[in-house]
Amino acid sequence: MTGTALDYLPVLLGWAVLAPLISFALVVFFGPKMGRHGRLAGYVSIGGILTACVLSFIALGIWLSVEGTGADLLHHGQHDASHAESAHAESEHHGAESQHGTAEHAPARVPRTLFGTWYVLSPPGVPEIGISYYIDCLTVVMFAMVSFIALLIHIYSLGYMAEELADEVVDHEAHTSDGAHVRRRGRFHRFFQYLSLFCFSMLGLVLSGNVAMTFVFWELVGVCSYFLIGFYIERRSANLAANKAFIVNRVGDFGMIVGLMALWGSLGTFNYGDTLDEQGHVVRPGVFSLIRPAEHGHRLWVPDKAVQAAAEEEVAAVVADHLRVHGPNSQALQAARSEVQARTASWRQGPQGRMAYWLLIIAGLGIFCGCVGKSAQFPLHVWLPDAMEGPTPVSALVHSATMVAAGVYLVGRFFPAFVPEVLLVVAVIGAITLFLAATIAITAVDIKRVLAYSTVSQLGYMMLALGTGGWLAGLFHLITHAFFKSLLFMCSGSVIHACHTNDMRRMGGLLKKMPYTGYTMLVGCLAIAGAPFFSGFYSKDYIIAQTIQFGLDNPGWNIFYYAATVGAAITAFYMFRLWFMTFLGKPRDEHVYEHVHESPPTMWVPLVILAVLAVSVAWSVPGVGLSIESLLEQARPAGTEQGVGTGTLLADLTYRSEHLSHQEAIHAQATTVATLAALAGFLLAVVIYAKGWVSAEEVARQFRPIYQLLWHKWWFDELYQAVFVRPVHFVAQLIARFDRVVIDGIIDGSARAVTAFSAWADRVIDRASVDGFVNLLADWVYNLALRLRTVQTGRLRQYVVFIVVGTVALFVLVSFWASASAG
Amino acid sequence: MILASLFTEPVGVAHYVAVGAVLFVCGAVCMAVKRNALGVLMGVELVLNGANLNFIAFSQPALYGESRWALGLDGQLASIFVIVLAAAEAAVALAIALNFYNNFTTIDVDHADELKG
Repeated sequence: MTGTALDYLPVLLGWAVLAPLISFALVVFFGPKMGRHGRLAGYVSIGGILTACVLSFIALGIWLSVEGTGADLLHHGQHDASHAESAHAESEHHGAESQHGTAEHAPARVPRTLFGTWYVLSPPGVPEIGISYYIDCLTVVMFAMVSFIALLIHIYSLGYMAEELADEVVDHEAHTSDGAHVRRRGRFHRFFQYLSLFCFSMLGLVLSGNVAMTFVFWELVGVCSYFLIGFYIERRSANLAANKAFIVNRVGDFGMIVGLMALWGSLGTFNYGDTLDEQGHVVRPGVFSLIRPAEHGHRLWVPDKAVQAAAEEEVAAVVADHLRVHGPNSQALQAARSEVQARTASWRQGPQGRMAYWLLIIAGLGIFCGCVGKSAQFPLHVWLPDAMEGPTPVSALVHSATMVAAGVYLVGRFFPAFVPEVLLVVAVIGAITLFLAATIAITAVDIKRVLAYSTVSQLGYMMLALGTGGWLAGLFHLITHAFFKSLLFMCSGSVIHACHTNDMRRMGGLLKKMPYTGYTMLVGCLAIAGAPFFSGFYSKDYIIAQTIQFGLDNPGWNIFYYAATVGAAITAFYMFRLWFMTFLGKPRDEHVYEHVHESPPTMWVPLVILAVLAVSVAWSVPGVGLSIESLLEQARPAGTEQGVGTGTLLADLTYRSEHLSHQEAIHAQATTVATLAALAGFLLAVVIYAKGWVSAEEVARQFRPIYQLLWHKWWFDELYQAVFVRPVHFVAQLIARFDRVVIDGIIDGSARAVTAFSAWADRVIDRASVDGFVNLLADWVYNLALRLRTVQTGRLRQYVVFIVVGTVALFVLVSFWASASAG
Repeated sequence: MILASLFTEPVGVAHYVAVGAVLFVCGAVCMAVKRNALGVLMGVELVLNGANLNFIAFSQPALYGESRWALGLDGQLASIFVIVLAAAEAAVALAIALNFYNNFTTIDVDHADELKG
């Protein structure tokens, strides 16, 4: 355990997290002073993320050198499929409750993880919350992906945001109250400052070793997203979009807090990994080891603590009994503790056990709820398309490649802690999202909105994959999607930069003028559509194969397979619709076309790099067998290799080994179906948009109800407006009236009463008593003085007599007093 | 009886004190009855010199305590102080009187009642 190069990873990755924070701090404090118009701020930010990127790749190299490529695991997995089958039969035979009798199976592979705590916030004795790290191969891969894409997007932003490098920027989309365009100072440095903060938050989110820390970074990326969406703060639409993103995410995060409470209440820890002592023994197990303990073969197991939490009343009764018998001392508590421990097994069989299972479901659903908000899944997907109001590099980084993928990442992270029922919900939500968003993308005409709905749809794919038990498939798609979707967004940014419009109906024929952008975007379209040998092809294959496998294991749930396939066809259709409308055909708007020019090298060089990666990122390195899959396979959570398990509430819900979906038959079917679906979508796009054999307007007229439904995005915004916003406004108005009438009335009334009382007090107490007393004294002194002034006659000789008489009188008095005291 | 013994006794402290007292009373009466400012000033001189005589009288060696540091000249020193003081006072008082005369063309102290209450 000790002495490997892996020990450097926490430090390396910790600094990789801190580097962008440092550049953020520098830009915050000195940004406007960095060169003309803050030009150097961009380079400072790039320095930060470049450091993070270099450190991440060093970490990846260390990981590879110590742990190997993991290629053997993949092959092992494939011929292990039959073994998994027998394990599955075994567990079905025993039933879900007695899964611990699995000694006859080969021990589950436990992935190498590093867990440690840098700083503990909570006082000793209570469950630990602190700044900790949890590093496995997934973390390392995510670091490399996030920091690399972020680096490219930083470089791209130098070109894209160049127009902010001016004393005065005219914002053509924002108007002052008299209708003129808004003129403002350039904000180049502010953009990079937010970008750095975002990189810090995102990397911290990936590194964090407990749920509380994850949640903190979760909110940090959320607030960065808010800042960046609202970057053009003068535009009303940007303001509304930023608010919408923030508020919709709050809805999800509320669920997440509920989930965290359930997790805390049932497990009493937030840590992902086990806390070890000096000898390497487990002192305090983490969340994953509690739910999948090693002594039960890493099978799903309702932890004792959760059972005891569910049996709250019985535990209280036991403790009260012992306290009554022994009196309140530690001996009684000790005895109570051992009796609770002894009775836990029987509670586990009873209603308390079911209750504990429900706690796990609530914890899982709650955490997934946060992911639904962050990854823009079905009920909360409405914010992401509006978030396109932000600058395009932001859409490429935050709203396609990294932050929205954080939801998928978290589901992947919590995969071993999700019980099958939760995973089914994940799959259902993912399937609905992927279909819904894909259909909306068909009719969208804003180039970025098409990509936004495409992102939502692809995130739905990832959720679907994870929900059907495809851990590798979902996270693999996350990685490949990050590359091609950030490529697509950056291409669209390049187009927008050239055209100064988002509306695809005013583009067309741009390929001649923007060859780099056009061809790299074509690569992105091919990748996302799943053209053979492009990266999206491989990851989508995994997903569809997994849905096929899920349908085989759970008859009646073939719907996921159909949704994924139809989604693949629609994806190809709308992506090529976008490309054909933008780059082919005749220019629709001559005015726009005249001004189009290729973007500067800082913009197209990252595009080319990303295009190369969008093709090849899913390939394996020949010879050593290194690939994204093999890396991810190394991080597969312990116990999920043989399948997640079987449902308890839904007894016929079965998750079997993911490796089963890699069988030749299923894989061939998935490949064929996915390719045919993509081809169908592509051909339809060719027919309508490239060749124009069928008029798009004609189709829209023929299917008018459906077109209307899609054009209005399934009326989700209107629905939420009617169901949530309007009632809230109505209630708010009622409350405001109550506030004005009742509460203000009470406050005003009491204020009036106080005024009246103080007037009375002023009259009676102050004027009469206090002032009266003071005046009385003054009168006395005045009268006394009037008397005394008569003594001062001004006659000198009289004074002499007074002195003499006074002296004599004093002398007489003193001698009288002296003789009296002496005598 | 006290008066009678004064006359029969040889000259001692009591005689000095008696003369001093007479001078003092003369001065005080002079201050009290004179309306002329110069007369009042003369009365002040008499009072001061009456006090001087007392200093001289009580500084005689017979009344003086045994002390290694005693010179036996304390009373004389005090009286010289008083003489200096009297001279200074006369200078200031005459200046006042002159100014008073300049303003009121009189030196009758009964007219100096501007500050009466």
